Amino acid sequence: MKQTRLKSVAITLFIALLLTPVYWLLNMSFKTNQEILGGLTFFPKIFTLDNYAVIFSDPSWYNGYLNSMTYVSMNVVITLLVALPAAYAFSRYKFLGDKHLFFWLLSNRMAPPAVFLLPFFQLYSSIGLFDTHIAVALAHCLFTVPLAVWILEGFMKGVPREYDEMAFIDGYSFPRFFIKVFLPMIRSGIGVTAFFTFMFSWVELLLARTLTSVDAQPIGAIMTRTIGASGIDWGVLSAAGVLTIIPGILVIWFVRNHVAKGFALGRV
Amino acid sequence: MQKIQNNRAWWLVLPVFLLVAFSALIPLMTVVNYSVQDIFGPGQAFFVGTEWFKEVLGDERLQDSLIRQFMFSGAVLLIQIPLGISVALMMPKSGIKGSVCLILIAIPLLIPWNVVGTIWQVFARGDIGLFGWGLNELGFDYNYTGDTVDAWLTVLLMDVWHWTPLVALLCYSGLRAIPEAFYQAAEIDRASKWAVFRYIQLPRLKSVLIIAVLLRFMDSFMIYTEPFVLTGGGPGSSTTFLSQTLTTMAIGQFDLGRAAAFSLIYFMIVLLISWLFFTAITQDDKEK
Repeated sequence: MKQTRLKSVAITLFIALLLTPVYWLLNMSFKTNQEILGGLTFFPKIFTLDNYAVIFSDPSWYNGYLNSMTYVSMNVVITLLVALPAAYAFSRYKFLGDKHLFFWLLSNRMAPPAVFLLPFFQLYSSIGLFDTHIAVALAHCLFTVPLAVWILEGFMKGVPREYDEMAFIDGYSFPRFFIKVFLPMIRSGIGVTAFFTFMFSWVELLLARTLTSVDAQPIGAIMTRTIGASGIDWGVLSAAGVLTIIPGILVIWFVRNHVAKGFALGRV
Repeated sequence: MQKIQNNRAWWLVLPVFLLVAFSALIPLMTVVNYSVQDIFGPGQAFFVGTEWFKEVLGDERLQDSLIRQFMFSGAVLLIQIPLGISVALMMPKSGIKGSVCLILIAIPLLIPWNVVGTIWQVFARGDIGLFGWGLNELGFDYNYTGDTVDAWLTVLLMDVWHWTPLVALLCYSGLRAIPEAFYQAAEIDRASKWAVFRYIQLPRLKSVLIIAVLLRFMDSFMIYTEPFVLTGGGPGSSTTFLSQTLTTMAIGQFDLGRAAAFSLIYFMIVLLISWLFFTAITQDDKEK
């Protein structure tokens, strides 16, 4: 099995290359600033946890993580709540303007965030939502909802309509059928959608930063604060960067088994 | 599946419609409003018609960043799609190895965009970064903050590093969804590796590839945070892409009218290209 071995070597090499920049971040997070700026070292000479201590002891730092997690969770919940029924409608029924509506939804995924910055700021300020978690969650819906509808619709298409009809004959009401019968069948689709929604909301910063100032500021925006009078505090910045990766790893660990079926979006 | 005509389905779509309309239509209308007016202050605006559009279309700075943007997005698609497919083909099919591979490959996707820029900002430095140091040791004269070509290539490499995993993950799951029977049939026919790929795997990957191409095109065309953090658009304007030109115009110079007109043109370009993709897909589905 020469070819299998060649494949394993190639994939290991790819992953190694992929993780090198991440390793560099990790490496820096355990160094002192003097060592980081002093020259190139492959391992921290003086191993320090001070950078992490700064983040865990300063409320303005760890609140950033809490803020990010709050609006991302809100976004995932809102997105799933509205996208599930809509995706069901798109997968089962023909209705007036369905195709146009679907493309219009998709087109919002294409709107460059830079286009919306200023109007968003004005809109959310005028309704008093500026600097709240819900404002960021709603703004992120602009690109998470269309993607969620798109993915879920693919999954729902894969479930034969006979199931729906059988459930109705058995006397299930629509909401009961939807929650008890239908949702469990597309579990992996929901898992994958939740992952994509989480991912795109977690990493987006342009809108999140524009719509917040103090109370709901995301961690990414707080990171820019390390630029002080003495230059950038690379050690703390790296430690903060490392910590931003961890929630994502946890989420993908929970959905990993759905991925094989899941990411195919039911279209294959 | 045969779909049933049912206009009451609108009730199910209504929440999505209202939500997206709230966050999309109102801001979009504001942008349209700005694009046809000259604004001096609150309550002081003059209708200028298509003046801004004419000016923006004739602006050389924008034409330059548009060309740069197309080159970038083209390169992104040409590199990431084939690379993503090959990685997906190489990934272990199942078991703990498969799970670990999957998670490791997904890591770059989970890093906030400004952190991605920060990582590469250090990683590519010649004095304290492994990548820049390594290249210089190998005898290349590499300096992304001083050389325009180096800067452009660094942004491209960063994007390949960041987003190839998305293509790989999508293709991986597409491959996993192919029934084993297809491969068995191919083996009986003594089909070559290439034939298996060309006639079994690739056609079945088509739908996920379309999603990958669309997502990669849209996102690379809107790239902003990463090059902004990495190079700030420089040196010169070698890594100033469309979003950055727009942001500088709207927030840096507060040139609302021109920025709004530019926004709309920008949006139309993305919309047009994506619409071409979209119709190509649906056309193909109809033929089946």
